[in-house]
Amino acid sequence: MGFTKTELIIKKSTPEDKVIALAGNPNVGKSTVFNNLTGLNQHTGNWPGKTVSNAQGICSFCGTNYVMVDLPGTYSLMAHSAEEEVARDFICFGNHDAVIVVCDATCLERNINLVLQIIEITTNVIVCVNLLDEAKKKNIVIDLDALAQKLGVSVVDTVARRKKDLQKLMLEVENILSEPYIKKPIVKYLEPIEKAIDIIEPLINQKVNKQINTRWLCLKLLDYDETLINSLDKFLGFDLLSDEEINNKLKEARNHLVENGIDVKSLRDIIVSCIVKRAEDICKDTVKYNKETYITRDRKIDKILTSKLTGIPIMICLFALVFWITISGANYPSRLLSEWFFWMEGKLTAALQYIDAPAWFIGILVDGVYRVLAWVISVMLPPMAIFFPLFTLLEDLGYLPRIAFNLDKYFKKCCACGKQALTMCMGFGCNAVGVIGCRIIDSPRERLIAIITNNFVPCNGRFPTLIAVLSMFFVGTVSGAFKSVFSAILLTVVIIFGILMTFAVSKILSKTILKGVPSSFTLELPPFRKPQIGKVIVRSIFDRTLFVLGRAVCTAAPAGIIIWLMANITINDITLLAHCSDFLDPFAQLLGLDGVILLAFILGLPANEIVVPIIIMAYISSGKITELETLSDLKNLLVANGWTWVTAISMMLFSLLHWPCATTCLTIKKETQSIKWTAVSFIVPTVFGILVCIIFTSIARLFV
Amino acid sequence: MNDIMTLKDLKIGQTAKVKQLLSIGSIRRRLQDIGLIEGTEVECLQKSPAGDPVAYLIRGAVIALRSEDSVNILIS
Repeated sequence: MGFTKTELIIKKSTPEDKVIALAGNPNVGKSTVFNNLTGLNQHTGNWPGKTVSNAQGICSFCGTNYVMVDLPGTYSLMAHSAEEEVARDFICFGNHDAVIVVCDATCLERNINLVLQIIEITTNVIVCVNLLDEAKKKNIVIDLDALAQKLGVSVVDTVARRKKDLQKLMLEVENILSEPYIKKPIVKYLEPIEKAIDIIEPLINQKVNKQINTRWLCLKLLDYDETLINSLDKFLGFDLLSDEEINNKLKEARNHLVENGIDVKSLRDIIVSCIVKRAEDICKDTVKYNKETYITRDRKIDKILTSKLTGIPIMICLFALVFWITISGANYPSRLLSEWFFWMEGKLTAALQYIDAPAWFIGILVDGVYRVLAWVISVMLPPMAIFFPLFTLLEDLGYLPRIAFNLDKYFKKCCACGKQALTMCMGFGCNAVGVIGCRIIDSPRERLIAIITNNFVPCNGRFPTLIAVLSMFFVGTVSGAFKSVFSAILLTVVIIFGILMTFAVSKILSKTILKGVPSSFTLELPPFRKPQIGKVIVRSIFDRTLFVLGRAVCTAAPAGIIIWLMANITINDITLLAHCSDFLDPFAQLLGLDGVILLAFILGLPANEIVVPIIIMAYISSGKITELETLSDLKNLLVANGWTWVTAISMMLFSLLHWPCATTCLTIKKETQSIKWTAVSFIVPTVFGILVCIIFTSIARLFV
Repeated sequence: MNDIMTLKDLKIGQTAKVKQLLSIGSIRRRLQDIGLIEGTEVECLQKSPAGDPVAYLIRGAVIALRSEDSVNILIS
């Protein structure tokens, strides 16, 4: 189970560029600082672990280019996971010119813990106390001057959304680079440890004459941090511990520790508690808060959102509400768009006929490319443009970790990790993103389970399909305003089914190919934050909606050509399309589908968005109905091709449970570094999809 | 041995000091990272709908722990 450990390669535009690392605890606003400094759009949201890869961008300030590197959030530098290792290695050996440590003013003490560790390692550290506005609301007062003095580094307070504050921060970076300060040891350890450091430090100083803090290095050698020493050897270009002299000194130092009652095991505990206590000490004099009022509001909200009685019902209702707003809001614009596209189709055909374009050309362009594109845009764009902002709003509020909190017990029962709920939420947007998000799960076994089951959450490529089928076949009889309510409830039921499948399959995996017990984990519930609504809308439309739509369009256009060719090339007077669908038909019937639907799913491998347009084109090419202005026309087309409610449900089930799209498969390959697990991720959902469809169809046919 | 209390025994709204950390491996280090060491004050905030995990206030941050882990944290 070798997962990717991405190494950082810094892209400087000129050798004079300065490299600035942005470090900090998870969820303190590093990415917001980063985005505002570089003008880039790293994904942000209110939950720990969003930044899983290392972003870099250029920030120009007073004529100098700064390469800003956004590191994944870490609580400490004593790496536990691959991401933390990346962050630590970059801080230790990354050749940066300065490190900005972003801190959360509302829980400064824990943040200072990391600050102390970074100051121990490197010079040119700037502490950026962020979220000061939130701290003020919670009656937390921080004496920044005193803090700077105690830490011995410069401290800048910011509200990362304010440009002015970030200029102040960059000014400080400039100052530090022009006038490096002299630093003194910031954390004093117990006497025997200090003595042990003294024993080896002179020798290490001699052997390692690169820019690395020897005091800290000695500490790590005593502690024997294996992953660090591997990285260190790579950095130095030789194996430090193969040196006889160093080994002898180390032995001497360790003996000194043991004589004073500190064995190797307790050494790390003592080191950690010295740092934590120092942080406590520093904050005692610099941070004052009124304990009574602080976090009471969050507590009240949490009492409602995660209580035994209301927690899960509220969660389901919230999802249903999001779906309802999406469905009812998308209805009208979808119709407008599709009417407009249909009108344009007539004009386009007329124009092409006017210039005497050959019939096959009109066929490919209009019936092929244009129709698929028109469907994808008119059916996908409106729901996405509504769903993404709503979901981002929930994300920014800080609701997603509460979902993980509510559901963790069930994940534990399946021997999986509660954070899987977060990766599932990401999967609603795009399963590939969900798979990358699985990096927040530390245990490799649990991470694989999350990756394999992520596809059971329908991404927005499948959402519109589900909504369209639901509204055609199941809400037809309900009228008026309740129509969309009913659709939303049905969609919620479908999603809940997907979640139940996730639990079931996770459990089966933990009992078979991924045997193991649930591992320990800590889940942070961040404070609720008021989202910046305007920004959320702009960001989710431009970054997510248009991005996803662009990808769908890119796959839809060539798919349109292929499907048109298949529908128009004949062998023995039967179209290629019919040959294929006839071949698949017997098996597809077993699943409650037909050959065309199954073929559409297979051809839809590059992107799920194009499944329905392929079905439509295949049916149209058999020449039954050609006018498709409204959803009821579409229903007529489907019914004319033998669709019943059984077909509709089977289609939805198979849409929910089948192979991941090509992009997701490639992402899984990249994340797991293993063809085997990519194959498993492909096969497992497919097998379950086939089984569920067969079982459902066999039972349903008893009643028809 | 009735007087040995673990974090798991802490009722909602109660506060206690950590006496000893029995956890081993990565969770031990993770807990230390978030500042949970001997002497740290912890308040029990809220149970999740299924009763487990439970949210605790640790040095100003809300952290949820599973019962398997909270049982390894001795308090007084």
